[in-house]
Amino acid sequence: MKLRAGVRDRLSTVRFVTDDESHIEVNQEVAKATGAAAILVAVCPAKVYSIRPDGSVGCEFAACLECGTCLAVAPEGSLTWHYPRGGFGVEYRQG
Amino acid sequence: MSGQDSYDFDVAVVGAGPAGSVAAHQLAGAGHDVVLIERGSEPGSKNLSGGVLYGRALEAVFPDYLDDAPVERRITRNVVTFLNRGSRVAIDYSDDRLADPTNAVTVLRAKLDPWLAGRAEEAGAMLMPGVRVDAPLLDGSSRVIGVKAGEDELRTRVVVAADGVNSFLARAAGFRPAPEPHQLAVGVKAVVDLPAATIEERFGVAPGLGAAHAIVGDCTLGIGGGGFLYTNRESLSLGVVLRLDDLVKRGLESTEVFEHFLAHPGVAPFLEGGEVSEYGCHLVAEGGQAMMGRLAVDGMVLVGDAAGLTINSGLTVRGMDLAVGSGSVAATVVHDALEAGDTSLAALGRYEQALRDSWVGQDMATYAKAPAFLEEPRMYDGYGTLLADVLHGVFDLDTRPRRRLWRTALDTVRHSPLRTRDLVSDVWKGVRSL
Repeated sequence: MKLRAGVRDRLSTVRFVTDDESHIEVNQEVAKATGAAAILVAVCPAKVYSIRPDGSVGCEFAACLECGTCLAVAPEGSLTWHYPRGGFGVEYRQG
Repeated sequence: MSGQDSYDFDVAVVGAGPAGSVAAHQLAGAGHDVVLIERGSEPGSKNLSGGVLYGRALEAVFPDYLDDAPVERRITRNVVTFLNRGSRVAIDYSDDRLADPTNAVTVLRAKLDPWLAGRAEEAGAMLMPGVRVDAPLLDGSSRVIGVKAGEDELRTRVVVAADGVNSFLARAAGFRPAPEPHQLAVGVKAVVDLPAATIEERFGVAPGLGAAHAIVGDCTLGIGGGGFLYTNRESLSLGVVLRLDDLVKRGLESTEVFEHFLAHPGVAPFLEGGEVSEYGCHLVAEGGQAMMGRLAVDGMVLVGDAAGLTINSGLTVRGMDLAVGSGSVAATVVHDALEAGDTSLAALGRYEQALRDSWVGQDMATYAKAPAFLEEPRMYDGYGTLLADVLHGVFDLDTRPRRRLWRTALDTVRHSPLRTRDLVSDVWKGVRSL
């Protein structure tokens, strides 16, 4: 993949084993009250989070690189995040 | 609890990174029943680091690691660059002595970690991949008596928590508070493929040898942290490390900063013609000694990133060596505790003192003030420009009469937005911190 591509293209270089259940849960009410959406969208290097037209937080858990940055900066109560189940999620081939 | 038979293993090591695999290797080698639990489908598949391993600690455990382990290049050239908009000032240090004995190597964790776990298996540890440990298993008196993974419980005499920077084991039951955003940084990385000959030519290194570039300033758009650019055999490991408090405060996107770094005129020429073969990210503990909490509780010890063992001295960025060192020290203490038949806090608590007495603990203490020093925003903006301005005064021979270097420097400081008082104070703090 060429250097100047966007994050979607960069993510296409990463192998994932996708679980059918999400390991991320956004508490939309708390997120709305605390302005979590903008923070989550900005920090995540995998662009897992988005702001939906209605202002709620969208979450594409399958692209998660499992770094934990969102958990570290999310306003209290806005996010439940743990690692995917064993054997699921990102599988680095180089790391 | 009841007798010996109620335990599935003597020790559960959670996490097959450098800390966990070394601890498992040492304990299994000493004859204990060890299970090494890894949430990835194989060791290394969840792990990512910038990529420079200061390898002398690993060599003490595995004397043949340089020949046997999948390492990339031996680092003999270290470059620290202040990269400004339109100027750059670098310290470029090459030294043959760094190759003999080899001091540092670049590694790719998805390749190194399976090797390390393999060594632990050879010593007799049982590797259990694809299992996510959710929490420590506690008895009625909050003593750790094993681990919980989904519906399953595994009972062990001791748990070694080597589950990384997000350590859910350390946080469970309130052993340690969640770190503050200023104590964490996110590393955003790409591996970029290039032919070996191109790498050797661009980085000025011989075959098998390599360079490590640390870059501060405009490459992170002034956000606390920096960029890195390391040579592997046939690829580069590169990216940015961004302190979370600063990233959030500036409202910038981590991906935007990463793309700015890739395109920066001070970085882009190194990457020309390369292709991204893998993208990734990882959280980095940046808090130093201040973010280390308790390292031992009743029935459990913490090692590596889970214990907050990382050092950023401004010149060297370390984690894997401290992981190896702590895994080794923990194994010694756990071994003694198992031999004595006492794995309570009274016995395992000796790990905290043993670690403090070791080079790991001593280095953590030496650099205890470095994180606060490196939080000063002037490091990422003002000083790089100041250095360039001083040198511009020296090299820009515009037919006006020259003045001595110190006078040029003083004038530059006087005309810069930096206050002399801050400069003097920062130099003094730097001397005491780094």
